[in-house]
Amino acid sequence: MVNDSSQVFTWKIGGTAGGGQQVAGLIFTKACIRGGLYTFDSSEYPSLIRGGIVTYRVSIGEQPIFSIYKKNQLLVALTKEAFDYCLPDMTDDGVILYDSDKFKILPKDAKNRKIYPLPLKELVAQAKILPIASNIITIGTCTALLDYDLNTLNQVITDVFSKKGKKVVAMNIEAAKFGYQYAMDNLQPDEFPYSLKAKPANKVKQDTVLVTANDTISLGAVAAGCKFSVAYPMTPSSSILHNLANWAEETGMIVKHPEDEIAGINMAIGAAYAGVRSMTSTSGGGFALMNEGLSLAGITETPLVIIESQRPGPATGVPTWTEQGDLAYVAHAGHGEFIRVVLAPGDATEAFYLTTLAFNLAEKWQIPVFIMVDKYISEGRQTTEALDITKFEIERGEMVTEQELAKISQYKRYKATKSGVSPRSIPGQKGGTHVANSDDHDEFGFSIEGFTPEIRNLMVEKRAAKLDGILKELPQPQLFGPKVAKLTLIGWGSVKSPVLEALKNLKDVNYIHISAPWPLSETKIRNQLKNVKKLICIENNQTGQFANILRETTGITVDGKLNKYDGAQFFPEEVIENINKLK
Amino acid sequence: MATAKDFMTSQKSTWCAGCGDFGIWTGLRQALAELNIEPHQASLVFDIGCCGNGANWHNAYSFHGLHGRPIPVAFAIKLANHDLKVIVITGDGGGYGEGTNHFVHSCRANVDITCIVYNNHGYSLTTGQASPTTQQGKETKSTPDGLLETPLNGLQLAITCGATFVSQAYADEVKHLKDVLKSAISHQGFSLVDVLQPCVIYNDKDIREQYKKKIYKLEDTSYKPNDKNKAYLKAGEQTKLPVGILFQEKRLSYEKQLPQISKLPLVKQKIKKVNINNLLNNFK
Repeated sequence: MVNDSSQVFTWKIGGTAGGGQQVAGLIFTKACIRGGLYTFDSSEYPSLIRGGIVTYRVSIGEQPIFSIYKKNQLLVALTKEAFDYCLPDMTDDGVILYDSDKFKILPKDAKNRKIYPLPLKELVAQAKILPIASNIITIGTCTALLDYDLNTLNQVITDVFSKKGKKVVAMNIEAAKFGYQYAMDNLQPDEFPYSLKAKPANKVKQDTVLVTANDTISLGAVAAGCKFSVAYPMTPSSSILHNLANWAEETGMIVKHPEDEIAGINMAIGAAYAGVRSMTSTSGGGFALMNEGLSLAGITETPLVIIESQRPGPATGVPTWTEQGDLAYVAHAGHGEFIRVVLAPGDATEAFYLTTLAFNLAEKWQIPVFIMVDKYISEGRQTTEALDITKFEIERGEMVTEQELAKISQYKRYKATKSGVSPRSIPGQKGGTHVANSDDHDEFGFSIEGFTPEIRNLMVEKRAAKLDGILKELPQPQLFGPKVAKLTLIGWGSVKSPVLEALKNLKDVNYIHISAPWPLSETKIRNQLKNVKKLICIENNQTGQFANILRETTGITVDGKLNKYDGAQFFPEEVIENINKLK
Repeated sequence: MATAKDFMTSQKSTWCAGCGDFGIWTGLRQALAELNIEPHQASLVFDIGCCGNGANWHNAYSFHGLHGRPIPVAFAIKLANHDLKVIVITGDGGGYGEGTNHFVHSCRANVDITCIVYNNHGYSLTTGQASPTTQQGKETKSTPDGLLETPLNGLQLAITCGATFVSQAYADEVKHLKDVLKSAISHQGFSLVDVLQPCVIYNDKDIREQYKKKIYKLEDTSYKPNDKNKAYLKAGEQTKLPVGILFQEKRLSYEKQLPQISKLPLVKQKIKKVNINNLLNNFK
């Protein structure tokens, strides 16, 4: 770790799809975590099963790190194509380990960086293992070069492959051993410029986990008592479906993969109407199909949680890359006027707690609530401290009991109240029958026929009345860095990650994180912006969608915008470079 | 014990005088009452259209959803609370046009819901356009030069897609319709009741005479609804129209295969905070 505990070391492995980079990377990263190190990882992959370039990258630090770095110090190149692709992202003093049985390079090809040959085919033959395990050879070699602990690596290998049987575990341990020994015998690890230092065992936190925001959203849904989840697969949201389906036997949740997203949202609404906590997850394209259903949840006042993990659009867009391009769309989606809340976590921890909040808000206010994430944090894993279920309570909002229903002659499902919330009955409750109606309706739920302005106004205003109460319950803007600074960044969702990492190296700069970008409370925002000297909005999109929403709903105009829309998230290096230009 | 009247609300129907929907409404209310179901034990999920407007005068836990989408709503209601009788009320436009995908996949899933298709072979509420079951060549507002497509046969579609109860009924034969509905609602699995429904505005003026001449009851014949191939052929009959149960088989319904709800309906499992420590071990 280059003798300085504040330093971050970034390791990257690149090859073709199907080469096992992601499995090798995950094992390597987990071994780092078990040694008490902090990590943030990221995968690049094309939308196909075999071929193309697939990389796995992880930034590692002795202190908590919030983001993946662009520049890497150690590259493991399994193909010439991956080498060419990854080389520009290397630090000048970076070093390269390459599969010398597949391709040859000279130091000048690596711009005079140090290169280490790794004859994978030969090592596979020597170790008498299957070629599929050559990815594990590479991390064995890296473990030796970085002076890290082979036993820790072996423990992770054992855990990861244990479901596949003893033979597979043994083969992969053999692979790691051969890779390790090859480095010890041939690559002079003593002279290697980088090392990873594990913390003493008693200083390693046992409850640390390596999770993506999709993982913590899944965990949050389980913890919050969500009983029904329905999702049609779509990158980068799919791992939520996979997690929940995989855990269903243990959690008792019903997880349904429906025929399409239209069925998805209508099923989520049906289950919520029937009284269970319910959600659906998708990406922008799938959500586009759900729009009419969103509007249905709006008028029937059905509690609903929707996870929208963004990727660059329009249409199929750039399916396996990242963007924050759907905020304005989600905030305004669905025909007609109705309230929805958008929560936008900036990291895996926030994703967990905001998911638990989403279920409360949905049920208390009988509205649709979104969690918006994006490929970067949906699929990037980060070391995360223990997630604590004592930090939230379940609030289901106003529901009528059969005893209460017995006392009234005809139940009004859409009773006009000051808060806008009408206590709801659940199918099966005696005395609570009503029409949950997509036609606008009177307080009982019966359709409005003809021109009945007093009833239409009553219902429109009743639904709109919820806004004041909702705004009070939304998370406050959060300030990171000094209270007063020469320059203030404002952002929402995943930009929090590179910005917080960049703040470590920026003086006189702070950051305001908005984790509830819709609807905005003008009072809260103005209060937070009181001392701001220069306000720059940073977003992973081209048009500055949050900056526009800020102006639309509060009248505040930012002093400048930092936008990125090439398919990758901001890297901390880029944030630093851009801010220094602006200051 | 509930009576057929208990399934009526305070709202007056807005259907045209003489509409076939009245017969279906009566048959459904009688079927529910005779099956000893109380209004709060039934969830009726309505499509958009003339039949969907009925949500206002059917007393039950009614959900008046979007055009073409009642089936997924009903599917999920059943999964969330399988103690409820869940019935979809849709038309030939919503069931076989806008919502065909849901229809097809719910037949496959064999979820225990009953789908009643109010089949008047055209769009009526939107003032008379062609529907998926309209006869080829028919001149309608949307096909002034005659409809080019051949009609979709919902009964055959259901049989080939895996529905385990497929029936046809006639709206004016209320007692027979009621008996078919009772069998459909009692059937464990996806049941289709396609009801031939006269529309007094947009069907031929002599539609009722046409039906009277063509309809015959399967119970009056030696037909047995236990052979899929024979059912497919029977469902395709056009010169004469068979009413009754065309096909029925036993197959485990979707929700019966879910261990999550083998002991208690999902909605009756208390919603509380769930410990995730065990799941967190996957991420260490």
